[in-house]
Amino acid sequence: MYSLRTSRSFGLLVSVLLGASAAAQVTVTEPWVRATVPQQKATGAFMQLKAEQSMRLVAGKSPVAGVVEIHEMAMENGMMKMRQIPGIEIPAGQTLALKPGSYHVMLMDLKQQVKDGDTVPITLEFVGLDNKKHTMEIKAPARPLNAMPGKASGHGEHKH
Amino acid sequence: MHLAPTRVSPFLLLIALFFSAAMVGCDSARQAVRFHAADVTGVPYGKDFRLQAVDGGERTLADFRGKVVLLFFGFVQCPDVCPTALTRAVEIKRLLGSDGERFQPIFVTVDPERDTAAILREYMRAFDPGFVALYATPDVTRKTADEFRVHYAKVPTGSSYTMDHTAASYLFDPAGRLRLVASHSASAADVADDVRLLLRER
Repeated sequence: MYSLRTSRSFGLLVSVLLGASAAAQVTVTEPWVRATVPQQKATGAFMQLKAEQSMRLVAGKSPVAGVVEIHEMAMENGMMKMRQIPGIEIPAGQTLALKPGSYHVMLMDLKQQVKDGDTVPITLEFVGLDNKKHTMEIKAPARPLNAMPGKASGHGEHKH
Repeated sequence: MHLAPTRVSPFLLLIALFFSAAMVGCDSARQAVRFHAADVTGVPYGKDFRLQAVDGGERTLADFRGKVVLLFFGFVQCPDVCPTALTRAVEIKRLLGSDGERFQPIFVTVDPERDTAAILREYMRAFDPGFVALYATPDVTRKTADEFRVHYAKVPTGSSYTMDHTAASYLFDPAGRLRLVASHSASAADVADDVRLLLRER
């Protein structure tokens, strides 16, 4: 994974100041969306989030999807259960991974096929400790349907 | 040491019997755990299916004799578990090398309302054109899932719905008998080992 400093200097990864306060910074690294086949109406977006102060990811929007929800995947007695959740807490200073097997941003009611190599804009909405809303636009590249979880295309393996 | 041998012997004999029984038990246990996945050989369920293939016609387990079948129930509008399981199947096939020709992943949709033949065909092609996708009417889908003790349920979310479903993969030996259940978290390497063992049994 890229360090914060590296990600900023290379500009490959998204790092945005939310609002005027540098303290409310969220860094999103390695965002990606799983490509779809024609007529597939839903897919997931994955990324790593790091906040300097505790933040909560509460919502998202995307021009490619009619509905965007925050989901959690859980295995219960061998059953895969996927549920919409009201938000994901990002503890201060920690990296929270949205990855296959745990959290994802669910893109539903897709308006078009997401092809391998496409760039999907997603606006993420966070709420800080001050209860203020902050939005942030990321551009998530689409990886092929059979992308191995945890393997970044072109960047080698990274740790979770 | 003043006990008469006649009184001690039956007791010792019992102990000896106990230990030899325990050792036999260990031996059979060692046999049973040679697979990474759970060995379900001989269970009364999961005998067969009769489902539609995306290219027309019906398929039953008999159509795949001579191959180790990996059966997975899922749905296309699934962002996480299904592509992960199918990607693992791609990796298993790669690890098997030339044995991969005798490894047949089969994807059965639990969402026949949305997963049409056309979309299933595209979906399989995105992983491996050799993988087979099968579907049926909602009624037959339910009966098939019941036969394999697979659970699934529609769960509304937003304006749409998602599916809860059993995420395990079922492995059949080349004679078409259900043998192993691999959990969703099992590694490709472990499942590939199990497939190799099943292929070499005969």
